[in-house]
Amino acid sequence: MNFYALFAQLLALVTALILAPILNGWVNQCRAWMQNRTAPPLLQTYYTVSKLLHKDALLAHNASSLFRVAPYAIFSCLALASAIVPTLSTELIFSPAADAIALVGLFALARVFIALAGMDVGTAFGSLGSRREMLIGFLAEPALLLIFFTTSLISQSTSLSTIVATLAHRDFVIYPSLAFAGVAFTMVSLAENARIPIDNPTTHLELTMVHEAMILEYSGRHLALIEWAASLKLFAYSCLGLALFFPVGITEVADPVSLAMSGVILVMKLAIGGFMMALIETLSAKMRIFRAPEFLGTAFLLAVLAMLVHLLLESGK
Amino acid sequence: MSQLLLIDWVLITALGWLSIGMVGVAFPRNFILNSRILYPLGAVGGLVLALIALTGIFASPQIRILPLGMPGLPFHLRLDALSSFFLLLLGTASAGISIYAAGYLRKGDGTAPGLQCLLYHVFLASMAFVMLADDGYAFMVAWETMALSSFFLVTSEHRHAEIRRAGYLYLLVAHVGAVGILLSFGVMAGVEGDYTFDAMRDFSSHGFWPTIAFLLALFGFGAKAGILPLHIWLPEAHPAAPSPVSAMMSGVMLKTAIYGMLRVSFDLLHAQIWWWGVLLLLLGLATALFGVVFSAIQTDMKRLLAYSSIENIGLIFLGFGLTLIFKSFMLPHLAALALTATLYHCLNHAFFKSLLFLCTGSVLHATRERNLGKLGGLIHRMPWVTWLALIGVLAASGLPPLNGFASEWLLLQSFLFTSGLPQGYLNMLLPVIAGAVALISAFAGFTMVKFFGIVFLGQPREEKLTQAHDAGRLERIGLLWLGVGCILLGLFPNVVIVLLDPVTRLLVGSGLRGTAGSHGWWLLAPISQDRASYSPAIFLGSIVIFMPLVYWAVKRFYHGRLKRVPAWDCGFPLQTARMQDTAEGFGQPIRRIFSPFFKRTREHPSPFDSQPRYLSIVEDPFWYWLYLPIAKIVERGTQLIAFLQQGRIALYLLYSFITLLSLLVLTRG
Repeated sequence: MNFYALFAQLLALVTALILAPILNGWVNQCRAWMQNRTAPPLLQTYYTVSKLLHKDALLAHNASSLFRVAPYAIFSCLALASAIVPTLSTELIFSPAADAIALVGLFALARVFIALAGMDVGTAFGSLGSRREMLIGFLAEPALLLIFFTTSLISQSTSLSTIVATLAHRDFVIYPSLAFAGVAFTMVSLAENARIPIDNPTTHLELTMVHEAMILEYSGRHLALIEWAASLKLFAYSCLGLALFFPVGITEVADPVSLAMSGVILVMKLAIGGFMMALIETLSAKMRIFRAPEFLGTAFLLAVLAMLVHLLLESGK
Repeated sequence: MSQLLLIDWVLITALGWLSIGMVGVAFPRNFILNSRILYPLGAVGGLVLALIALTGIFASPQIRILPLGMPGLPFHLRLDALSSFFLLLLGTASAGISIYAAGYLRKGDGTAPGLQCLLYHVFLASMAFVMLADDGYAFMVAWETMALSSFFLVTSEHRHAEIRRAGYLYLLVAHVGAVGILLSFGVMAGVEGDYTFDAMRDFSSHGFWPTIAFLLALFGFGAKAGILPLHIWLPEAHPAAPSPVSAMMSGVMLKTAIYGMLRVSFDLLHAQIWWWGVLLLLLGLATALFGVVFSAIQTDMKRLLAYSSIENIGLIFLGFGLTLIFKSFMLPHLAALALTATLYHCLNHAFFKSLLFLCTGSVLHATRERNLGKLGGLIHRMPWVTWLALIGVLAASGLPPLNGFASEWLLLQSFLFTSGLPQGYLNMLLPVIAGAVALISAFAGFTMVKFFGIVFLGQPREEKLTQAHDAGRLERIGLLWLGVGCILLGLFPNVVIVLLDPVTRLLVGSGLRGTAGSHGWWLLAPISQDRASYSPAIFLGSIVIFMPLVYWAVKRFYHGRLKRVPAWDCGFPLQTARMQDTAEGFGQPIRRIFSPFFKRTREHPSPFDSQPRYLSIVEDPFWYWLYLPIAKIVERGTQLIAFLQQGRIALYLLYSFITLLSLLVLTRG
């Protein structure tokens, strides 16, 4: 454990906390441009969070202590998750503390808390949202784990740092297993981050809501934390995808110069990735909730396929 | 021999349990004596047993021969690392359950408290004897005592017909299973008919005999553990039994079957064949998937937990099968990893499932309601039970940093690093099964959110729930013991691995102590740090530090006030508690996605019905595919031979006479 590793770890955490709302704003901006709308400012998520933080928090009469604890728990889980993902460098202090499986567990922990908070007040929409979120979650989680399994089989390790380092050192050719895994990962991250085609983050129609339905009862600082946590989740997933499938520019040594370099590359990659996400969201329509299992089942099967392709074609070498 | 060995202390503890029961039955109606003195004493016995077992794990095997039973057939007893580990499980879990039972049991119209005390402690002692037994005869006596005492405990409320029915089903399956175990011992004892386990270990059988013994044992122990399709008694017996008994049966008794299976497959039989492992793997997978799908749609909270136990037994069998595969291919280190995951999960399941069953007991006492659709909002009235149940729920969902995650993590690790098996198909199959394990554990999360959210969160669905009271002091102690156990088992996986090391060395010839312990107590790295590592302590530590930090920062810079207002719910003013999601509603997507799993009958009311009634019953398809046809065949068969029963004593004497004669003729030659 050296000083640079500690520095890189803190830097990764701070980068995530700062960049996550901007990434959210960037995706929304791109989407607005593509849909011929006037775009909100890039820093809109910051404005929203700051506005919410200044407001009084309203609690329903029936809300319990779990309802008040949940936003802090969710925020901490997702902040820790984005600190584990190798964004800038692979030399991280937290890296031995949690591998890919534990990262999935961390996302699941955050999901369980938000679903429980959704059920806490006891309104019709809250529990509806929780049920749907858990449904999507339990279908998406194994697919995500299988994608990690494929990469773990390639690198003989489930540690994220080792996976990313191994993938970065491979020759730049298209591996069929990674291609399948990449498509599956895109589908999973759309579902997990409440994006079209599974959920619509800007919806105003309660009956189709998933994520928004769970947090209907939140306001003020609690809502601010949840909004921030949601953007952290998007950030963590984006960085994860970029690190696994486009591991260019992630340094293995944690000195300031290479960290700055990889920071610049990360921003460029995120800009392109966010644009692609907005493109997908613009080109597709939201599905009925009962199509979601088919969508995620496809992702699961693609991930299985990726693993089998790796075992059949690539492991012999 | 003046010095008392560890095994003698175990015997003394078990005898202590028996004598507690005797005192109880001597004063059958004395409620205070039974509940306030005897059960806590039993809990102390559990703690003592746990301490003895803890030292027993690291001691060399000890043998005792008790001159009990029939002439020429003494009880052989033996204490080794495997039995010590399961005794540790029994001791620690039963300590919590007994102290809870002390506060839980009430005066009722069921079995008298003294008698119940006797049955409960006989149940405990018989489980200890099952783990000590070193010959087939002692094992079967202890096994049957366990089955019978638990049967009487299940039917405590024997005035209700459905409880008698559930108990009957349990007894039936238990005895069909016992026949399987007996036959398996018979096969292993060979022609000499020496039923000591030592003789069975020496017995080098050839050909298909070991396989037959293994399959018979699988049938017998599988019936007790509840693997598919012999799971049928679990969802009936658990809701019928009083909650401490359900906790004991689900948390501990199911593990005696795992113990027996381990004893037979690794200790008594030498050469394991790889396809045994594949069989267990597939059975475990089917059981786990079936259990979790069914637990997601249950509306009775104890049935939900019973199906969840089936799921966990499936996971344990998955790990078991993997161990067998590795052992048969001479990969001792991987086998040790898989076996560690399996045994760790046994221990974890004993804690979190007992905790959850006891929580349902408190809810049942406070509300007299088992139906999820009539509960809700108990977090306001029962904070102790709620927060402890949350620990159990998070552990059962396999979420970090609690104990359920640690064992599932190890299980997934052992699935992942399997490349190198000589069977190409297996290499391909195992990672895919790992994906299915991931699906099962994520599904368990759905089920547990449903359970916790509907019972404890939301608005009370019935008027009477606002009068619910929290658990009493003794109950809280029991729940706390188990809840803290869940946290500690999750935080210190390396301690558990050190405990399991002698067991895995005994069974598969390798252990994880060397590799796992080399990175410090806080880092779990079963193979090497580069390959995989997980540190629950750092995990919890950073969340525990981060949360107050965020709280403080938000409080410090934005001191916005809190206001209590009516719930928003999109501006809809007329909300009632009936508008919340019900258990049926929460399970609806599952019913839809997994519809081929269920046998479902539905009745839609006609639109012109003035009193519309909607009916939807989801049942276990195994009843219809398997059990009812078997029952029909048995009934047909009994009708055929019914003419033998004439009810005249002379006739029965004649039957005995003919039997004796024919036996004499047969054995003479």
